[in-house]
Amino acid sequence: MPDAALSDLKVLEFGNLVSAPYCTKLMADLGADVVKIEAPGSGDEARRREPFAQDKPGIERSGLYAYLNANKLSITLNPRAAAGRKLFCELVGKADILVENNPPALMEELGLTYEVLEKINPMLIMTSITPFGQTGPHRDYKAYEITAYGAGGYGYGSTTCVREPVMPPVKAGGRPSQFNAGQVGSVASMFALYARDQIGGGQHVDVSIQEVMAGHYESAIEHWTFAANEIGGLTHPILQPMLPLECKDGWVFIMCIEDFQFDRYVKVMGDPEWAKNELFKDRFSRANYLDALAPLMTEWTMQYTKEEVFLKAQAGHVPLAPAYNAEEIVNSPQLAARNYLVEIDHPVIGLVRYPGAPYSLSETPWRIERRAPLLGEHNEDIYCGRLGYTRQDLVKLTEAGAI
Amino acid sequence: MNKGILEGITVADFGNAWAGPLFARSLGDMGARVIKVESLKHMDVTRLLPPWQPGKGITYNNSGYYNYMNRNKLAVQLDVSTPKGLELCKKILEITDIMIENYAFGVMKRLGLGYEAVREVNPKIIYVSMTSFGSAGPMKDYVMYGRPQVYISGLAYTTGYPDMAPLCLPTSFGDPVATHHGLFAALSALRYRSKTGTGQFIELSQWEGLISIQPENMMDYILNKRVRMRQANRDEFMAPHNAYRCKGGDLKCVTIAVATDEEWTSLCSVMGNPEWAKDEKYSDGYSRWKNQEEMDRFIEEWTLSYEQYELTEMLQKEGVASFPCLSNRGLVEDPHLNARGFFEEWDHPEIGSQKYDGMLWKLSKTPGRIEKRAPLLGEHNNYVFGELLGLPQEEIDRLVQDKILF
Repeated sequence: MPDAALSDLKVLEFGNLVSAPYCTKLMADLGADVVKIEAPGSGDEARRREPFAQDKPGIERSGLYAYLNANKLSITLNPRAAAGRKLFCELVGKADILVENNPPALMEELGLTYEVLEKINPMLIMTSITPFGQTGPHRDYKAYEITAYGAGGYGYGSTTCVREPVMPPVKAGGRPSQFNAGQVGSVASMFALYARDQIGGGQHVDVSIQEVMAGHYESAIEHWTFAANEIGGLTHPILQPMLPLECKDGWVFIMCIEDFQFDRYVKVMGDPEWAKNELFKDRFSRANYLDALAPLMTEWTMQYTKEEVFLKAQAGHVPLAPAYNAEEIVNSPQLAARNYLVEIDHPVIGLVRYPGAPYSLSETPWRIERRAPLLGEHNEDIYCGRLGYTRQDLVKLTEAGAI
Repeated sequence: MNKGILEGITVADFGNAWAGPLFARSLGDMGARVIKVESLKHMDVTRLLPPWQPGKGITYNNSGYYNYMNRNKLAVQLDVSTPKGLELCKKILEITDIMIENYAFGVMKRLGLGYEAVREVNPKIIYVSMTSFGSAGPMKDYVMYGRPQVYISGLAYTTGYPDMAPLCLPTSFGDPVATHHGLFAALSALRYRSKTGTGQFIELSQWEGLISIQPENMMDYILNKRVRMRQANRDEFMAPHNAYRCKGGDLKCVTIAVATDEEWTSLCSVMGNPEWAKDEKYSDGYSRWKNQEEMDRFIEEWTLSYEQYELTEMLQKEGVASFPCLSNRGLVEDPHLNARGFFEEWDHPEIGSQKYDGMLWKLSKTPGRIEKRAPLLGEHNNYVFGELLGLPQEEIDRLVQDKILF
């Protein structure tokens, strides 16, 4: 097998939950060596998040943790202990990239800012992914997924309804803003790595989750700056149809932003008489008369299951898709045909499938070589094997609360 | 000095709408030379998508969407469906390092621009193909956009209210997810190429990308056979965890999320330790989670008397996670985003001076820059075909007449 694309890259992760761990997962899956620093005893907070295998909580049983941390090595380290801080700095000395998602004030308190670490390793790239970034008046604000999601505009945007009533802002399922910020962190880290050869040194990469979401708010910013259109409440997209439609057993979503797509869909529906109405003549007019249009479209979809509507629409080349749930996705023939899910064995969770490669590279593999680590599983490998401590040192370091 | 670090890298942008154009824009922001290949026959759809400035009419050049997504690019107008157009396109690809396309599966191949054909003219190229479902499987030919992707990927199913339709995120969220997966893979491939000289083909299914960022949802089914359902703002263990109305209207909300007893104590103290909060019903995390609907009503009675930022400041000062749910207008006016310089303003011959959202990251030493507004349709035909590819002006003029540059 050829080398993985990033097989010479040494990454240190000092992170929790999703954003930093997803960033380094992307690196690890393309071959980077990722050492994950976790708190002694408790570890990454993701270890205490659902879903747990067989619904039994336990720090080695989280499906979220197991997914995010395969291919990584886990060490325990307490940077508040002097000996722990020294170990941290030694690890930084050997790393190309440090990825972290801690509150900026905590990193200052620990004495682990970029300004400090740069002196230890001038070639270091430090990537910090935080809710509001490293500067500005809200830098130290605390945020969970719902907080950052709303701060980036997505919560308010979710109130955009096609019909009454106006609903309060609602967050998406899962942690999309943290994942997306982790991705942006991975990209920005690669830019800094590319720059390193040119400028002869590392740098600090600052990713704000709020900015990632605001910057990914698909022209909404320009809807305000260009047209003073505040999107939300009962406003709806000014091109239609672009809405969920109820079927016998669930929902589909149709998106016809071009007139020819709607014309196709009219054919799929069997050329109903109402579609000839002047009110529905183009994408803008359909938006103005959406209240009349939506029930007519729903009358048709309600005769079928979501899968039937999906297949009929796709046979007519109309961008329409069903609202699948996790079961329908995991069991999808499409994923099976692409071998997307990957099987990984784990001493506690067992042999199960996980979401797999988000992309394939023709010459360098995306691969899982190693299940997620148990907490501190690689202390000896890293501290003894790479930093030269003895096993007896490890005992002392443990007693000192450093690891 | 702020030279873009990707100076010397050329990107061919066959992107359409969001995922592809954002990919190329990001490389352009960091200094790459981006050549956007369009034609009246294959024009980027966003040239004709809103927003527009009121009263100005619609042209190929004045969409707010197109302009925010295509800064730092050169645009050529080239009909690649003609033999001569294809030949010229290959000339562009000869000088290209990274190529991006997000057409429906099979389009590029039909045009004679599939990876095999492109590799023949440039074996070192990094070719990124962002299809909806990849190049294999029963769904590979399905037509799709980002919003239906949010539905079919399972994300909508877990978003919204249980008794209502699955809610779309307010955007085609599959697009920026695909963009950054694609960028990370392409930059990894670029690094590999600089060591080995080998180019490669990167294939990405936008659907699989969205599934990759929902492990909680997928793994709960795999591990426990549980099908997660939408449950509004409820979290799996945090409570309070909701958006609460403030002064000034139904949509003026702040989020409040409490994960620990310590945060709960802080929240109570900011609320002035009201009687209701002392009830046993709210004494520990589990009880709060169980009784959250009633608790939310009490909390909202309190939040209604404050302005959004006022409340946020009170709560954050005591270590409680809270923030306004900002609208697009709220984002543009947010003091923090402005203090960080998130917005940038630039001029355009048809639009005038206008504010846009800027860079997605801050690199301390090589920040990148926005040095070019989005191009007018075909604005750089002469530069790209003349100066870069060496065609004489009369030949370019003839290509325009023959509707090759079209």
